[in-house]
Amino acid sequence: MPEHSQQLTLNDVSFEVGGKPLVHRVNLSLSSNGATAIMGFNGAGKSLLLKLMHGIVQPSAGTVLWGGQTSTAEHKLAQAMVFQKPVLLRRSVKANMDFVLKQRRRPDTTLRQHLLEQVDLLPKLRQPARLLSGGEQQRLALARALACKPAVLFLDEATASLDPASTAIIERIVAKEAQNGTKVIFITHDAAQAARLAQDIVFMDAGKVAEYSNANTFFTQPTSAAAQAYLSGQLYVEHNDVGRSEIKPSDIGQNQITHSAPMDTLGEN
Amino acid sequence: MQESAIGLAFGLILRGDANLLEIMGLSLRVSLSAVCLSLVLGLSAGAALATTEFRGRALATIAVNALMSMPPVVVGLLVYLALSRSGPLGWLGLLYTPTAMIIAQTILITPLIAALSRQVIEDLYIEYKDQFLSLQLSTAQQIKALLWDARYSLLTVALAGLGRSLSEVGAVIIVGGNIEHLTRVMTTAIALETSKGDLGLALALGILLLGLALLVNAILSGLNLTAKRQAYA
Repeated sequence: MPEHSQQLTLNDVSFEVGGKPLVHRVNLSLSSNGATAIMGFNGAGKSLLLKLMHGIVQPSAGTVLWGGQTSTAEHKLAQAMVFQKPVLLRRSVKANMDFVLKQRRRPDTTLRQHLLEQVDLLPKLRQPARLLSGGEQQRLALARALACKPAVLFLDEATASLDPASTAIIERIVAKEAQNGTKVIFITHDAAQAARLAQDIVFMDAGKVAEYSNANTFFTQPTSAAAQAYLSGQLYVEHNDVGRSEIKPSDIGQNQITHSAPMDTLGEN
Repeated sequence: MQESAIGLAFGLILRGDANLLEIMGLSLRVSLSAVCLSLVLGLSAGAALATTEFRGRALATIAVNALMSMPPVVVGLLVYLALSRSGPLGWLGLLYTPTAMIIAQTILITPLIAALSRQVIEDLYIEYKDQFLSLQLSTAQQIKALLWDARYSLLTVALAGLGRSLSEVGAVIIVGGNIEHLTRVMTTAIALETSKGDLGLALALGILLLGLALLVNAILSGLNLTAKRQAYA
């Protein structure tokens, strides 16, 4: 797929269920290479936005364009997605890989061996995929996605609840893919991970894009109140239909606030 | 009398009585044929209901579930009316033949297989759906993958169908007529021999039927165990 086809544009994209907007009038134009992180509170619409971008959910209104065109089968075949909970077939590791390779008409054992080696799963080739550990399952899901040779790779909190070793393997591969020209779009709650991997950040709040900026700018000078609250570890709760109320740590006790990463530990991007 | 009947029954089984084997053979032929046909029809219907959205899908699902509890004698009666000389399919001359029995049992088992397989396939489809959409699989590719991945559960469904078929008497006696050496199967023979007072043959057939039920359940348990061990269930 030519690089310009990796250029994603969302025009007034909305998605609603029963009249309730879950994603509301999103306008975005992402760079055609590198890695973009989507961040935001739980329920902000991040996963839904990712599915809208990938085309597995159709918008209620607006258009999703790849290289200026509405998504075609060719675009979709050049994309792959790794879900938060790995969806593995009830088969062996090998059969899971072969399923995708066969479907993409690449019955290539060398590619399978190479990808499984990359995710450190080659010794477990014959094992039932569902008997792998959580980290191994997610690594297999990533290897299977890479078997599609994607021009665009979507990751929906692919490292959530994984141990540091599995997280490191996945981050290393994702960084390499981005370096090699694959457009990576990933969701994370881990600010440190976003800072390590992403060149730009989309920050979602209540179904809208609250902020889209360069990663350095986002982490040092977030402009939206929601992003500021998110990065400083403040809880943000919905307040009727008119907006959100901010709850400061002092209101409920520090120990009830989850800090995904203190600002001073964030590496330079 | 009962003691001598039990002795007679085991005697018939141990010496491989030709009549007994013939009745058992026909039972298996009719039931296995009906299950095979029902699998083709029921799995197709179950997979279609599980994976496609269409107007009236909920109604179709309710109908299939309701047909599961269709009384065999009613099915027998309907098939009889269709196949009798004055019926719309009378010209085929199938009444009182094993084919008529296979048709009746297929009609009886298909809703069972469709309803149970729909549930199995739908549960798996909910899990796989986003991944399938992401991989751009066609409907045929999706159904093929679902049927393969649900194979252990679907084998259980097939064996449940076989169990129902082997133990069924109402439909086959109406459309088969329980004719000796032609349409007499285990259940209809048991009913007849008991009414005649020939308890030896009836008991021998009962023991074999129970043996078959045990065998089917043992296979089922073995399959479930294998599937769970491999995390394929």
